[in-house]
Amino acid sequence: MSTTENHDSAVTRERGKAPAGERIADWADGRLGIYSLAKSNMRKIFPDHWSFMLGEVCMYSFIIIILTGVYLTLFFHPSMTEVEYHGSYVPLQGQLMSEAFSSTLHISFDVRGGLLIRQIHHWAALIFLAGMFVHMMRVFFTGAFRKPREVNWLFGFLLFVLGMFTGFTGYSLPDDLLSGTGVRFTQGAILSMPIVGTYISMFLFGGEFPGHDFVARFYSIHILLLPGIMLGLMVGHLILVFYHKHTQFAGPGKSNKNVVGMPLLPVYMAKAGGFFFLVFGVIAAIAAVAQINPIWAMGPYRPDQVSTGAQPDWYMGFAEGLIRFMPGWEINLWGHTLVLGVFIPLVLFGVVLAALALYPFIEAWITGDKREHHILDRPRNAPTRTALGVAWVTMYMITLVGGGNDLWATHFHLSINTITWFVRIFFFVGPVIAYIATKRICLGLQRRDKDKVLHGRETGTIKRLPHGEFIEIHEPLSQEQLHTLTAHEQYEPAAIGATVDENGVERKVTGKEKLRAKISGAYFGEDQQIPKPTVEEYKEITSGHGHH
Amino acid sequence: MSSQDIPEENLPAEQSAGHNEHVHGAVGVADEKNPFADPGLPPHEHRVQDIDERAAKRSERAVAFLFTLSMLATVGFIASYVAIPADKSIFVFPIGHLSALNFALGLTLGTALFTIGAGAVHWARTLMSDVEVADERHPIAASPEVRAKVHADFRQGAKESALGRRKLIRNTLFGAVALVPLSGVVLLRDLGPLPEDKLRHTLWAKGKLLVNMNTNEPLRPSDVAVGSLTFAKPEGLEEHDEDFQNEIAKAALMIVRLQPDNIKDKRELEWSHEGIVAYSKICTHVGCPISLYEQQTHHVLCPCHQSTFDLSDGARVIFGPAGHALPQLRIGVSDEGYLQALGDFEEPVGPAFWERG
Amino acid sequence: MKKLSARRRHPLAALVVLLLALACTGGLYAAFAPASKAQADDSAQSLTIDEGKKLYAVGCASCHGTGGQGTSDGPSLVGVGAAAVDFQVGTGRMPAATSQGPQVVKKKNIYTQAEIDQLAAYISSLGSGPAVPTKAEYGPEGADIAKGGELFRTNCAQCHNFTGKGGALTKGKFAPTLEDVDPKHLYEAMQTGPQNMPSFPDTTLSEQNKKDIIAYLHAVNSSDTDNPGGLELGGVGPVSEGLFAWIFGLGALIAVAVWVAARTAKAKKS
Repeated sequence: MSTTENHDSAVTRERGKAPAGERIADWADGRLGIYSLAKSNMRKIFPDHWSFMLGEVCMYSFIIIILTGVYLTLFFHPSMTEVEYHGSYVPLQGQLMSEAFSSTLHISFDVRGGLLIRQIHHWAALIFLAGMFVHMMRVFFTGAFRKPREVNWLFGFLLFVLGMFTGFTGYSLPDDLLSGTGVRFTQGAILSMPIVGTYISMFLFGGEFPGHDFVARFYSIHILLLPGIMLGLMVGHLILVFYHKHTQFAGPGKSNKNVVGMPLLPVYMAKAGGFFFLVFGVIAAIAAVAQINPIWAMGPYRPDQVSTGAQPDWYMGFAEGLIRFMPGWEINLWGHTLVLGVFIPLVLFGVVLAALALYPFIEAWITGDKREHHILDRPRNAPTRTALGVAWVTMYMITLVGGGNDLWATHFHLSINTITWFVRIFFFVGPVIAYIATKRICLGLQRRDKDKVLHGRETGTIKRLPHGEFIEIHEPLSQEQLHTLTAHEQYEPAAIGATVDENGVERKVTGKEKLRAKISGAYFGEDQQIPKPTVEEYKEITSGHGHH
Repeated sequence: MSSQDIPEENLPAEQSAGHNEHVHGAVGVADEKNPFADPGLPPHEHRVQDIDERAAKRSERAVAFLFTLSMLATVGFIASYVAIPADKSIFVFPIGHLSALNFALGLTLGTALFTIGAGAVHWARTLMSDVEVADERHPIAASPEVRAKVHADFRQGAKESALGRRKLIRNTLFGAVALVPLSGVVLLRDLGPLPEDKLRHTLWAKGKLLVNMNTNEPLRPSDVAVGSLTFAKPEGLEEHDEDFQNEIAKAALMIVRLQPDNIKDKRELEWSHEGIVAYSKICTHVGCPISLYEQQTHHVLCPCHQSTFDLSDGARVIFGPAGHALPQLRIGVSDEGYLQALGDFEEPVGPAFWERG
Repeated sequence: MKKLSARRRHPLAALVVLLLALACTGGLYAAFAPASKAQADDSAQSLTIDEGKKLYAVGCASCHGTGGQGTSDGPSLVGVGAAAVDFQVGTGRMPAATSQGPQVVKKKNIYTQAEIDQLAAYISSLGSGPAVPTKAEYGPEGADIAKGGELFRTNCAQCHNFTGKGGALTKGKFAPTLEDVDPKHLYEAMQTGPQNMPSFPDTTLSEQNKKDIIAYLHAVNSSDTDNPGGLELGGVGPVSEGLFAWIFGLGALIAVAVWVAARTAKAKKS
């Protein structure tokens, strides 16, 4: 109501007397209602924590990619027409190449600043994906995906997956020998799909590989279709972040019902706005000193040429790993071929990603928790989730190692066959070891927290008691620290509900229910978490030992 | 406040001075689940800049300096753009020889941007208020009244549309909306031709000479030494041809010569000429041009996914993800003494696919 | 004949004629030089072979057999030619260490060039093979760098990488980096196919082709190669780029984020 009043008073004021900015704002409010929007958002509170800025790294690198990408479209020719190169890079003069490749050479050598923009574009893309990965892991390990943020988790997940494909289509555009090899791999993987593979391949490439169409098609996918969807998702993602208000770590004064931090105007306007320039500045500096994707060194694509060390950009490395360590299974039956050696990795690629996307829903089902969560978990306080997450990351990293097996072989003087076997085994064993180790570490950390709460902080000062015993002085924690260390929630394992209802009628326990109880036991059962210290325990110890 | 449960010295009231004086925000209640009450936000502490105007002035000057540096860097960017030729190379330790223009533009642009950000952040950190503020959260879900109202509105709207009652309208509407996207799907038909048997044939045919990729001359058996590696294409296929890329993607050939007694596979020996064997260069896994030939072991490795084939044993797969052997091309010698194909490959080259069989 | 007439019109024909002329001049000079010297040369040749034989007996015979016939420890050297000897000994690969890994690697060469020539002369006397190439064969004059690049990508890049940074082979073997390798050794390696590398004899990869490849390698992979974009990051493609983006790109940005989000230092309590 107060806004309308302000508005009215502004209107009743004589025209021309109000400052220009205010008049423009009034004008806009009369048409767009910006004041109502600003009312709740202008002083929106954002908590301070470095890990909350990872999402901003992604958003800003995405904006940088769009800006530099638009510039590149001014010079890039998405055409596969073969031309003879006569530009300024001597070692390719007179060579036949597609227009796409020759225009990329033109951007790199003949457009002033073109190479810089290309390098910023590509570095920003690698950082964008790396940022999304780390951001996602932050959200995962702190439990920020819980209600009400599951949808935003999916938006973020989709941004990551679409980012992978946007990156891949962009990497393919220059039509150089490296990216062409990657496209060939994609085509081979498509061919492996049962029944529809050959058709999809023919339709995607406009006939046989490589054909004359894929650069133009990938171009429209790369610059329009995927980034368009991503932009929409990113806006939705941001709106939801505003709407839900940011999560925060537990601490004094921080509860599930508030958010503590600095206001958007002016502090976060300056910090977040400034961070955009910082990100852009860092990436520009990287593009000044480090070369990326030197397509001139790779040469134009020819399907009969190849180079060793043919890898995709890092975010596709895990697909590369999956395909490299897969045994060559192939089934021929009734005149048809089932290319399991390629098709299984293709399916696994989807499964590994889908596991990540679905996790919040699985966990919500196990806990049965319908409440909103705005206080973040410390990873140690959700040991099973943390262990599962680390197991997933371990599996991902092992496939990345598999994707670069030839380079590890040459750089560490190993046998490529040994590495491949290592990856084959550790793809299965690694996550199990990681799961067990992480869980133990988490429980250890929980125990340490409990000790700290009950016995205080170890000061490192040793005292000798009158009877000769040496003790270390423990300093009791402040109320803030005690609260912070015990603010986390601990679930009880879900039990199978009464099997007999109030009327004495026995009901059937479903398999689903049993499964849930079993998993819940693994999450929250005995020995799966260290019970929080209770007030009684605290009292007993503090009164019993006294203060050292 | 159930403060009885908490040891006395930890009661908010018992906190040392400065802790309890400025307690603001909600103070949590200690209970079974949260044994230690939330003491509330710690009091605000001043920064140097808040109490010392000289320190604030220093911060102001630092911010202004950063913004000025940005302006200078932008001038530097424009000057570099104008002054440095695109092809000038300089040596920068420890990076090496690089483009002077790229280096200058990148560093000036990076500085111009970074200092704007650094200035803004320094300003925010040292001069803007750093008092922490708490904002209330409200449940995302609507109140029961709102929920009931929306449900009622929806039911009324649905009832007024009579969509449920007039089934004919509903069903035909669903039908129409379901069918209309088909037009879009149909339009995709001309994205490409049908596969037919395109993947089964290459340019190789009976009598086609094997032309050396390097010299563009037909090969004679005497040209190919034991332990050497040669790549060949079918006679008549030239780099300038319209569909050179598509054809070479299937027809690329790898030629090696083995001692005939080293050839273990009977058919391989039959299809060879004096120990010269010709295999498809396209990997049967996903189609990389495979050609990492180890002349002592006769193994050939694919650089993309490490499938390894034994060229002395019918190009059988001995390691890696490929599912079947490399196709062999049957070769012989023409009347003029050149190596020639005795037909096309008997099986499709390259990656396996559903219809391959 | 057809081949020859086609080549006569080649743009490089003039150069070839010039080189031939130079060679002839040299030959004529040698022919007309004092006879005593020619005789000395002759005896010098047999002396060289004798010296080589001695060196062979000390450094090579234990593996390759007393007459170069080969043993279970080393292949026969009959017919490998002087080029193979010059490459293997000149790059320090031979004599090989007694306990070797999957393949014999480059190391410090312990022979002088004169001794290598003597060894080469001895091995050549066992059976003819490719001779050591001359500077005219591997030098940069008359090379087509772009053609060399295409040939390199067709014949070499699959093992040695786009610009010759090296790459992995099976079971711990590898194709070594070609950075700043002596052009003569590059030429000899192509000609003779050391260890598991296949050979590329003149009949399938012509002398001109080899010259082009060597010139291309010098342009893209030597200490004075330009990397316009900055750090080369090993020149091995996206793996090192990805590591760089994670460690230095994201690493720097996280460091910056820590600074942005950190609380400003408080004034000391008085």
